Amino acid sequence: MQRNRYIGLAVLAIVIALLPLAFSNNYHYDIAILAGFNAIVCVGLNLLVGYAGQISLGHAGFFALGAYASGILTTRYGVPPLLALLSGAVFVGFLAFVLARPILRLKGHYLAMATLGIGIIISIVLNTESWITGGPDGLMTDAFSVAGVALTTEKTWYWVVGGLLLFAVWLALNIIDSPIGRALRALHGSEVGAQVVGVDTTQYKVLVFVISAVFASVVGSLFAHYVGLMTPTSAGFMKSVELVAMVVFGGMASTYGAVVGAAILTSLPQFLATLHDYEAVVLGAVLMGTMIFMPRGLLPTMVRLIRRWGQ
Amino acid sequence: MFAEFLQFLLSGITIGAIYALAGLGFSIIYNSSHVINFAQGEFIMVGAMSTVALVGTGVPLPVAILIAIVATMLVGLALEKFAIEPARNADVVTLIIITIGASIFLRGVAQVLWGKDFHSLRAFTGDTPINIMGATIVPQSLWVLGVTMVVIIALGWFFSRTLAGKAMLATSYNRLAAQLCGIAVKRVLMLSFGLSAMLGAIGGIVVTPITFTSYEAGIMLGLKGFTAAVLGGLGNGAGAVVGGLIVGVAEAMGAGYISSAYKDAIAFVIILFVLFFMPSGLFGKRATDRV
Repeated sequence: MQRNRYIGLAVLAIVIALLPLAFSNNYHYDIAILAGFNAIVCVGLNLLVGYAGQISLGHAGFFALGAYASGILTTRYGVPPLLALLSGAVFVGFLAFVLARPILRLKGHYLAMATLGIGIIISIVLNTESWITGGPDGLMTDAFSVAGVALTTEKTWYWVVGGLLLFAVWLALNIIDSPIGRALRALHGSEVGAQVVGVDTTQYKVLVFVISAVFASVVGSLFAHYVGLMTPTSAGFMKSVELVAMVVFGGMASTYGAVVGAAILTSLPQFLATLHDYEAVVLGAVLMGTMIFMPRGLLPTMVRLIRRWGQ
Repeated sequence: MFAEFLQFLLSGITIGAIYALAGLGFSIIYNSSHVINFAQGEFIMVGAMSTVALVGTGVPLPVAILIAIVATMLVGLALEKFAIEPARNADVVTLIIITIGASIFLRGVAQVLWGKDFHSLRAFTGDTPINIMGATIVPQSLWVLGVTMVVIIALGWFFSRTLAGKAMLATSYNRLAAQLCGIAVKRVLMLSFGLSAMLGAIGGIVVTPITFTSYEAGIMLGLKGFTAAVLGGLGNGAGAVVGGLIVGVAEAMGAGYISSAYKDAIAFVIILFVLFFMPSGLFGKRATDRV
């Protein structure tokens, strides 16, 4: 297990390091950066959806709250970006903590409904309270800077996001291998069973919900600085669905699967853009087809195929 | 004062009727397959948009409506046959992603076929508003309410008096036992998707003269229908109808008395409050886990 973990991380690091060789312009960097952002959110979300088996259709709400916290604090109140990012993360973490207890009592589709509702309420609030959020027109944000050094070019952002992704994956793998991770898997298998053997299931569900929300919030903050303009659509239902789709597409309960899912589903629409009107048709068909023929997700299915072929 | 209240109530009931039909669609599919069909809203859209398109080519309205309903049912059947059935044993989350993929696909097809514009349909019987104790109501609202009532009564009859309906109920109570009694469970599954698509299409068609429609119109309608179904307790048909009316009326009242900007949030605030205190909805059975 220990050895596998470092091999996986090394492979990911090499991919991140070599990828720019294939890039010929800033647009390629841009796609890679966006994929990296999504991948980090998905690695966090995967802890909740894949390992603990709790669905969330509202994580874009936490993402957007982090983004708007950063945007509003830095542009309107002159707070340094890093402090704004941390404040946003603390705020979102606290909000997730308060919401988690009543919400995570719910099961299956009821949980899907509740998280979906929270996400939509957040996006409507961001859309309506334009005196502070800028409303549907969006909110302009400045470049991210720490101690006077600003992140401006795509290339620097790429290395920062790549480093963060490695850190996020390492963190997630550690959590999964810790007692928390084992408790989560027990919980996924049978919640009552886990309770009977003495696992405080509520506490672990709340914990992983908060962790995944904070992941989303931190990425949201960085995203806001990177794109420079936040609009309420980034909090919307479709964005939440996209995030869950990336996790499930890549392979639930597989951290690298979440990364692969995010990378593919982020870059796919860019390639499909050449299809113009048919973009949504193809995207929907790919999503359906993958889940029908590979219900366990892309990466676990591939790994199994390779193993079988190897024997 | 009273006239205003009555006005909000009437418009709330009208849109609530559509939510009720959508909620029923969710419940019927949930009962037969335990799938939440996130493409339910797209059934509403497909029904409405294809009627608009057919009327646009000169087909008389009643014929257009019939063709549109049949077409939507075919979409529902195809969805079951090609997307749900092959993934029968998949995870809940996987099935959710499949139906969401289907909804993206259907929206994409609609956008290719009919473009991104908003479309409307001529009211079935004129536009002269009717005055009821100071509140006004368009004749189309009466169509919405009347058609919804007829559909609900017909459904009640279907589930209590016909063999197919009883087979569907039996399957929802216990799938394996139903299969052992000789009920073709697969056919029940097909039927449930066809029926839900029909309900969606009917709702979408009758409401289009009031609310307009577009390729994206199904998203919010579908989510509100899901809210209605959960509010009433998933799988509870009567609950879905009551849930739909509650959501519709609360929305109209909220938009009228509190803030129209937060109209779409009201349904979700209600559902969160209800779920916090009643985790199985208003009329849902308390679920117990088997270890």
